[in-house]
This record gives sequence, structure tokens and C-alpha cells, in this order.
Amino acid sequence: MLQSGAETYRVEDTMIRIADALNLTPSQSYVTPTGIIFQCGEKQQAKLIRVQDRTTDLQKVSRVNDISRKLCSHALSVDDAYKLLTEVDTVNRAYPVWVQIAAAALSSGCFTYMFKAGLSDFIPGVLCGGLGFSAFILLHRWVKVRFFAEFVASLLIGLLAFLLVSIGVGSQLDKIIIGSVMPLVPGLLITNAVRDLMAGHLVSGLSRGAEAFLTAFAIGAGVAVLFTIF
Amino acid sequence: MTLILQLITSFFASAAFVVIFNAPRRTLLQCGLSGMLGWAAYYLLTPRIDTIFATVTATFIVGVISQFFARIYKKPVIIFSVAGIIPLVPGGLAYDAMRRFVENNYYAAIQLATQAFLISGSIAIGLVISEVLNQLIRKIPVRVPNKLRSK
Repeated sequence: MLQSGAETYRVEDTMIRIADALNLTPSQSYVTPTGIIFQCGEKQQAKLIRVQDRTTDLQKVSRVNDISRKLCSHALSVDDAYKLLTEVDTVNRAYPVWVQIAAAALSSGCFTYMFKAGLSDFIPGVLCGGLGFSAFILLHRWVKVRFFAEFVASLLIGLLAFLLVSIGVGSQLDKIIIGSVMPLVPGLLITNAVRDLMAGHLVSGLSRGAEAFLTAFAIGAGVAVLFTIF
Repeated sequence: MTLILQLITSFFASAAFVVIFNAPRRTLLQCGLSGMLGWAAYYLLTPRIDTIFATVTATFIVGVISQFFARIYKKPVIIFSVAGIIPLVPGGLAYDAMRRFVENNYYAAIQLATQAFLISGSIAIGLVISEVLNQLIRKIPVRVPNKLRSK
């Protein structure tokens, strides 16, 4: 659940609720974006779980939520719940990659228009966003360093946008680039970081903030390299 | 005319964006709707009042809508609220600030970064306000002891 981008306090809350439903009180949990420490019941030993990869997968969050809700209302037995949870963990229900890329392209185009660029910039936005996001997915699979993938993707976006504008397809270079980096940009991370901070989860908030800062830095650097070349 | 186009594009932008976040298929429509309403509020308010305040209002609306949807469709609130705040999130500003930093234009960069930080803060405030309001209205007795114990 944490790997799928839920807020840390939601993860803590869910774990405590599940433990309560199984009569394992009082349980304690401590969650940060990179790890979970959990003790169920007073006598049990605490367990530590390391979280390696962080993405956003709302479907998993929603299904775990369903399961915990059912478990708490005793509509589900413990074994069934465990089976379902492992299924959620292993079965990959993501959209196919081409759908994701198409969605990224479409939303980039829309963003380009929403940021007060003309309608003529819609198509370049779609193209750049699609290229950038597919480059990001490919590179992220190939090299596991996320910031490198973001850097190269934004470099490509800048390059394509520059080419398109210089042959006269689009008009506002800045707007096109901003629109098409939106699928990569860590806006959501920043907001989640502030929310975590406000909820009193200082460690999670700061580490999320650092991650967001690095991502923004990678993207900004990618585009800036291009501007220094031309 | 522009307003209608803005509404359409923000609907598709939010609905398409949550596909990247792998939102459940059945909620895409509602996600688009909450994004559209939030952006509409923001778009109509920005020329009249301050950006920060417009953002707080828009996120508040998004928060209320997503609590509402979450109750109807029995899904976690985060699905709808994420979709709703996507158009409002200062991604463009964060990028712009970083670009200025890399270009050695520190004055503009700091200004933009501060603005991005304030806007994301106001998004968080809008969401928190709507959440608090929701809890005040519902007053679930189960939630109170849970919160106390986790502290």
C-alpha cells in the first residue's frame, strides 16, 4: 500500500484497524516512505519492512482499503483476507503501457491548452508529452536510476518541442514544455509532502519533499541543458 | 467559449492523468469530474482574487466533492482528491523554478520556488479543511479512540 503512494497516516491507520479487528490490541505502527515498523499486540515482536520502490497505484490502495473494511466488519475471515492481500500484491492489474502513454500524451496536450497556450499548441503538446513519457518508461526499465530517466525524458521533450516550434508547428515553446513535463513533474509529491508535514509526520514529509526536489531538479536540468545548447 | 474548452480539457487532463496512476476503471469519470470542477473554480476565481486564495477555495471544493464520491462509491478519498488537485498542482511552477536555478537566475528562481511552495501548502490546507469539515459533520465515534491510541 505504501509502495502505491498512499499517505503514511492512512497506512498506519489501516494497519491498526486490521490489528484491532483481529483483537491484537494495543498495536503500534511507525511508517515512513522508506520503511514500516509494526508491532501487533503488546507481547509480539516488532517487525520491520523495508520499502524499496515507490510509485502511485491507486487501484491497489483502493483494493487494500476494501479488504480492510470488510475485515473490520467481520465479513471476511483472516485467511481469506490474507489470500486476497497477497493477490493484490502479486497480480499486476496496471493498464497496458500503450494506454498509459496515450493517456500521458492526451493529458499533456490538455495541460498545454489549460496553461493559456493557443489551440495550435495542442498537437505539439500531445506529441512531446507522449514522447517524454514513453522515454521515461523505457529508460526507467532499462536503467533503474529514476532521476536519470527523468533527466533524459525532459531533455527529449525540450528537443522535440524546440524542433516543432522552429519548423512552425507550435508557437509558445515554454507552454508546450510545461504542459508536456506535467506527467513527470512531482507536483503530487510536493502536495503529499506538505500534507504529511501538516499531519505531524515530520520524517515522511521531509523525505517526500527531498524526493520531490530531486525530481524537479532532474527535469529542470534536462530542459536547461537544452537551452544552453541552443 | 474559452471556458467550455477549458472545462473539456481539464476533464480529459484529470481523467487521463489518473490512468497513469492506475486508478480503478470505474472511477475515471468521477475523477475527471472532480478535476474539472476544481479547475473551473480556480479558473473563474484567479482574475478576481489572489492565486493562493483561489487555490485554497478550489481544493476545498475538490475535497468536498471527493469525500462525497468516496462515500457513494465506497473507495478511498485519495483517488478522487488526487485527480481533482492535479490541474491545480504547481508542477509547472516547480519546473520553472528549477530551470531558473540551473540557468543561474537565482532571484527569479527563489521567487518561483517560494510561490510553488506556498501554492502546494494552500492545496494541502484546502484538503485538510474539507477533511476536518467532513469529520465534524460525520462525527464517527470509532475514529476518536483510534486516533488517541496511535499518538
